[in-house]
This record gives sequence, structure tokens and C-alpha cells, in this order.
Amino acid sequence: MLQLEGLTVSYGAVQAVRGLDLSVAKGEFVALLGPNGAGKSSTIGAITGLVPSKGRVILDGKDITRLPTEARIVRGLTACPEGRHVFANLTVAENLRLGAATRSDKAGVAADIDRYCTLFPVLGERIAQAAGTLSGGEQQMLAISRALMSRPRMLLLDEPSLGLAPMIVARIFDFIGSLKADGLTVLVVEQNAAQALRFADRAYVLGTGQLRYSGTAAELAGSDLMSMYLGA
Amino acid sequence: MEYFVQQFVNALAFGSEYALVALGLAVVFSIMGLVNFAHGEVIASACYCVFLAVAVGLSQPWLAILLALAAAGAASVLLERVAFRPVRNAPTTTGLLTAFGVSIILQNLFQLLISPRPQAVPVLNGLNATWHVGGFTVSSLQVMEFLAAALSIGALVLFLNRSTLGIAMRAAARDFSTVRLMGIRANRVIAMAFAISGVLAGVAAVFILARRGSVSPDMGFGLVMKAFVACVIGGFGSLSGAAVGGMLLGFIEVGLLVALPQEHGGLKEALTYVIVIAILVYRPEGLLGSRQELGDKEI
Ligand SMILES: Nc1ncnc2c1ncn2[C@@H]1O[C@H](COP(=O)(O)OP(=O)(O)OP(=O)(O)O)[C@@H](O)[C@H]1O
Ligand SMILES: [Mg+2]
Repeated sequence: MLQLEGLTVSYGAVQAVRGLDLSVAKGEFVALLGPNGAGKSSTIGAITGLVPSKGRVILDGKDITRLPTEARIVRGLTACPEGRHVFANLTVAENLRLGAATRSDKAGVAADIDRYCTLFPVLGERIAQAAGTLSGGEQQMLAISRALMSRPRMLLLDEPSLGLAPMIVARIFDFIGSLKADGLTVLVVEQNAAQALRFADRAYVLGTGQLRYSGTAAELAGSDLMSMYLGA
Repeated sequence: MEYFVQQFVNALAFGSEYALVALGLAVVFSIMGLVNFAHGEVIASACYCVFLAVAVGLSQPWLAILLALAAAGAASVLLERVAFRPVRNAPTTTGLLTAFGVSIILQNLFQLLISPRPQAVPVLNGLNATWHVGGFTVSSLQVMEFLAAALSIGALVLFLNRSTLGIAMRAAARDFSTVRLMGIRANRVIAMAFAISGVLAGVAAVFILARRGSVSPDMGFGLVMKAFVACVIGGFGSLSGAAVGGMLLGFIEVGLLVALPQEHGGLKEALTYVIVIAILVYRPEGLLGSRQELGDKEI
């Protein structure tokens, strides 16, 4: 579904990602792991197009490298960025509505809003409240729901567990894991390798912008890479 | 009492005009971080369009009004497309210099192509009548200007709160990249901001034309400076701040006009700025500007 070929991201003289090759098959759940500053968020940014990059980004066999972010989202990609980035000054309902901005089926959008409010009851309770007043974990639930409002085929998730209590992290990963059953393709960036590997089919490990390892989640879980790069 | 009511309506009218123009600046600034000093030339462009249309036979006032609104909206969108889009990602100062450059170029174009001197445009003079309301005599133009501004602001609020594009514009004022992640085209959001800004300028242009009955190349520039001050008083980037700041500026000016003895009338401008500075000493972030954003709990 998604292929990266020789992806390179530079910020001035700093090369954050160097010639990364990566692929995610349809329906697959792939984890992208690595220490701080490894280039994980830069990779996600290059896939969404918010961060300029060299190399090729291929979605469904089509080269989307030159497409602006908006056009990539229309093609079924969606991203939940690092730090959540909910629209703090908008209500929960407005955040969800913007997530569905590419859709024109009003009834379907309303049904999906109901669906996420049932799934995360706190969103339903705070539906008319400014999203900035939600707690960090609640904002994460909103950010993931908002990303899914576009009915994407592929979800990019950057550190969904960031700053959250372990119990909430487990809950959020249970939810992300359940998306796999719905046929959604997922690429998740995580510091919390143990959680990510619970559901991942395969994993890539980055270190200072380069690929250090790629293989099945089971292989990775058993290897000494876990302690070398991931401190787990 | 009669005099007092008249001056009150006068202040409402001036305040409305400042509020309309200040809102136009604030809508663009909140999203782009650009202070569009060429906004005054959008007003002038609309007025010159009406001038040219009258020259070729336009005589219906309502057509002239529609033309002014459409021309201002189009001029504003065109400026974005031609002048501001190429420097969209450049540093703020580049945008500011571009805006000043565009402003000067347009003023010179009006001078060269039409005339440096004011040209008469009498088509809207009919709007300017005297109304008797509850025993008071007031200027129809001033009452209509206040109503038109209130209506425009109401429509804007509705748009920003109800339509998806309006909600996206409010979101873009805080976090543009994430709006793009929702699949909303950046160009569309920005073009809409300029269109709204332009139409608001068009509403102001209608009343300026009706009051002055003439157009001149520099007619918009001074007004935009006033609107800029209104934005600062209200809190830069805040839309409600721009509206409140504009209205307040109108009341300060007219208040001083009433309070100052005739022979000291020249002090009006200076005292206006003394009051503005006093407000800013008391509230440096402007009346409705927030010193601290709520933030979205990023880590
Ligand atoms: N906007 C930027 N300007 C300059 N350097 C940047 C920028 N963004 C990231 N970098 C640098 O690029 C490198 C990779 O950053 P990136 O955010 O991709 O890391 P990461 O793997 O997501 O790390 P973390 O786990 O801490 O989020 C880092 O060295 C970082 O300092
Ligand atoms: Mg990161």
C-alpha cells in the first residue's frame, strides 16, 4: 500500500532521515521504532508531505512525492501527528467535523461522530466544549477519532502514548489494534515498543536517520535490539 | 440632546467603518500572519471600479453597491494570488514589505491611469438623506452604515461557526499544518480569508463613496492605518478585538471632537493616540487579545 524509496529528510545541514526504504502492505500493522531524534516523526512528516523530502513516496503504486498534503489525504491517507494537535479553540464536535472535511455524506459523518462518542464516552460528554480543555489522554482520543473521521485506508500515528498514563496507553493501543480487524492499514511510531509490538505484524527500527533493523514483530521482540535501541 | 444623539450616531458610523476595515485586516492576519497594508487599495479599487462603471453609463445605486462588493472581493483575492502567494512562506517582514509595495504600486497606478486628483462619483449620493427618528434628526447614511456593519459581522460569525470552511479558518488561525492534514486545501482557506476581507472592505467602500461622492488614489491608506490602530487596541489577530477596537476608536474620535473646544480641534488626532497608548499601557496585549494561549497540551 505504501512504499518509501530512498527517503531523505534534511533540515539545513542536519540529515534527519538518510535513504530510508520502507513498505507497508495493505491491511498490515507496522511499527516504526527508534530512540529520540532517530527521524521517526520526520519520516511521518515526509509521508504526509508536511516536511519536504527527497526520494519517493508511493501510495497504491502511484508516486505521490510531488503532491501537496491535502491531495495525499484525499487519496485515503490520514495522520495523527506527534503532540496530538487538536484544535484547542474549537469544540470537540468541530474537531471531529473537520476530520471529515473531505467527505460529503452528511448522514455518514453524523453517524461516525456518534460512533466515536460512544467509543470514547468522554468525547460525547464534552462534545460542545473547547478541545483545549480536555486532558492529554482525552485529547489523544479526540485526535485519533478525528483522524479516522475521514474514513481513511491508511492511518499514520505518531507516538499515541506520549505523556499518557500506562492504563490509558493500553486502552488506546487496544483501540488501535481493533482497527486492524476493520482492514485499516496502520503505521505507528512509538517509544513504547512493548505496546506497539503487541499488535504489530512487522517493525522497523531507526537509529540516527538510518534503518537499523526490519523484521517481524516476533523476531524483534526476541532480539537484543530491544535493549540496544529501545531500552526495553 | 439632539446634538448628543447626532454625535452618538456619528460615532457609531465611524466605529462601524473602522470595525469593517479592521476586521478585514484581522481575518487575513489571524490566518497568514500578514498585516495587509494594501487593504486600503482594495477599497480604492472598488471605488474606482464604480467610477469607471458610472463613466460608461451605470446609474442604478444598487448595481453600484453590488459592483463595489464584488470588485473589492475580487481585488483582494487577486492580490493574494499575484502578490502574497509567492511570498507566503517567506519571513513576516517580507510579507509586510510586499504589502507596502503593492499599496504604493496601486496608488501610483490610480494616479497614472486615472488621475491624481479626486474624481466625482455621485451615483450613491442619494443614500445620504436626513431621517427623523423619534423626534431626532439623524443622517440616514450613518444609520445604514451601522446596520450594514452589524449585518456583515453577523454573517461572518455565522459563517465561521457553521460552515466547514469557516470552522477550518478558525482552526487555521492556530494550526495551519494540521488543517492541511484534514485534507483541506490551504489555498482555499487563504483565498476565502482574502475574499471575506475584500467584501468587508467593499461594504466600507460603499459608505465612503456615498459620504464623499468622490474617489482619490490615497483614499484607503489613511483608513487602513486607523484600522491597524483599532486592531492593536482590540488585540491583534482577534476578530472580536478588531470589531470592538474599531468601534472604540470611532467613539474616542467623535468623543474628542465633541469635548474639545473648536480652536483646539487640531489636537484630536494627538489626543486619540494618547488614549490609545494609555489603553495599551493598561493592557499591552489589547482589550481582547490573550496574553496566554490555552494551548493544546503539546509535550
Ligand atoms: N524543524 C526542524 N529543524 C531542524 N532540525 C529538526 C527539525 N525537526 C527535527 N529535526 C532534527 O531531526 C532529527 C530527527 O527528528 P525527529 O523529530 O524526526 O525524531 P524522532 O525520531 O521523531 O524523535 P522523538 O522520538 O524524540 O520524537 C533530530 O535530530 C531533530 O533535532
Ligand atoms: Mg517524534
